Amino acid sequence: MSDMSRLGIDFAGVHFKNPVIPASGTFGYGREFEEFYPLSALGGISVKGTTAAARNGNLPPRIAETPSGMLNSVGLQNPGIDHFIEKELPYLKTKDTVVIANIAGSDAEEYRTIAQKLDSTDVDMIEVNISCPNVKAGGAAFGVSCEGAAHITKTVRAVTKKPVMMKLSPNVTSIADIAKACESEGADAVSLINTLLGMRIDIRTGRPILHNNVGGLSGPAVFPVAVRMVWQTANAVNIPVCGMGGVSSWEDAVEMMMAGASLVQVGAALFADPMTPLKITEGLENYCEDKNIMLRSIIGSVKPW
Amino acid sequence: MYRQGAYPIISKNIIAANTCDLTILCPDIAAAAQCGQFMNIKAEGFMLRRPISICGIDREKGTLRIIFEIRGKGTKALSALSEGELIDIVAPLGGRGFTLLDKSAKAVIIGGGIGNPPMLPIAEHYGKNAVVISGFRSASAVILQKDLAGTGARVILCTDDGTAGRKGFVTDALSELICNETPDIIYACGPSVMLKRIAAQAAEAGIRCEVSLEERMGCGVGGCLVCACRTIRNGEEYYAHVCKDGPVFPAEEVLFE
Repeated sequence: MSDMSRLGIDFAGVHFKNPVIPASGTFGYGREFEEFYPLSALGGISVKGTTAAARNGNLPPRIAETPSGMLNSVGLQNPGIDHFIEKELPYLKTKDTVVIANIAGSDAEEYRTIAQKLDSTDVDMIEVNISCPNVKAGGAAFGVSCEGAAHITKTVRAVTKKPVMMKLSPNVTSIADIAKACESEGADAVSLINTLLGMRIDIRTGRPILHNNVGGLSGPAVFPVAVRMVWQTANAVNIPVCGMGGVSSWEDAVEMMMAGASLVQVGAALFADPMTPLKITEGLENYCEDKNIMLRSIIGSVKPW
Repeated sequence: MYRQGAYPIISKNIIAANTCDLTILCPDIAAAAQCGQFMNIKAEGFMLRRPISICGIDREKGTLRIIFEIRGKGTKALSALSEGELIDIVAPLGGRGFTLLDKSAKAVIIGGGIGNPPMLPIAEHYGKNAVVISGFRSASAVILQKDLAGTGARVILCTDDGTAGRKGFVTDALSELICNETPDIIYACGPSVMLKRIAAQAAEAGIRCEVSLEERMGCGVGGCLVCACRTIRNGEEYYAHVCKDGPVFPAEEVLFE
């Protein structure tokens, strides 16, 4: 058995050579990071959230540092789904890694349009963002109620046979209930958590640092919240969970998987160190080698008190 | 090709009030670095790297020089590093640096405050064919005057309060200069109000102009899209990204506030 095969994970009908995936919105469409390492080293790539038409996003500043984390309010800047399908997807499909299209819309019709277009492509999976905190219409509006989440899941499910993974917002009372609503409408998986809504103010000017006033908190600061929500969700649904939120090291990845995540996305940590995904993968290999286990054996293995 | 790694600091000096000057031995990066590019530096204990312009490229010695203002806790942590210690950098970054014309071209190079350091390599390129207009708030903030003069360029030092050089803004000096001569190109880096004024002056006089922009940054490579700046692309407003589309932009493309 090769070292690499210890890390293989089958998830919603798709095989990942390892569980480490750069998170949507932190990795563009992959091109920039190929300057550091071949994308084939990654389990998969969740691309920048893509909408039906191109979007310019929010005015800057779009980022603010926080203790052990950061706020962002990019506002879904992207070149639109047609550009993705024509220009980015063919490139990504040559990279020997799982390509996850991340999509967002301001209404159900937009989600339907995008998912329909993707259905006839060779994208491997669709991650449906119902949790973007940085746009005025749509986005998180759907992710904060069971009805909204169910409605978008049903809408996307109706137009695609691709594996559908719903990306959930932590800005809710019970994320497990939202996940169950997605599962009941045919979602193949859920991913969580998107960012936590936050705010910073420059006390010299009296203005919020972000031009959007508020933005999404990510980074190590949110990690314990993410672990808790992954654990609660994994215990509530029968579909697999992709965990994210502050994962920065292989130890964090193990912890997230013990909580119930089958895959792990890495976001803000890329800004501190672009090599993070490779370091996590290497750490996971050593961990499995030392314990002589298959990585998938640790999924949900936490022994609660 | 981007590199990420920990490289030794081979010299460190505090050269003015709250201004730190570091030289880093990083031959592989120095070999690839271009005028106008930057590096993204890890400050221990902080989430986000600090983007700092490259102020000197010495390919023979394999070194890069940076000068930064100690402005907050992160840059303070960076300034606490000593000679011989390692500094974690991602570099060389920036998809577009300064366009260098033939050395015989006439260039006007304008730096405002901590916007002065990235102008030094341009002055080195043009030497005696360059005029450098170097502006600061006051004498205590003045840096790089020997370096700039050493390039052979004519240097006009300005301070807002007149405590060093001539009193007034760099834009006043530029107005006088372009009354008498027509440079082939103007380069500028500094506060956005200064860049906006220079861009207008250059446009009015019909002189090519490039500006180096700054914005709060995340990944530094174009993956996160946070460092947006308003530009005109193909006749339409487009939020470009300082890290990948810049940091240097043709002045006429930038929509200043």
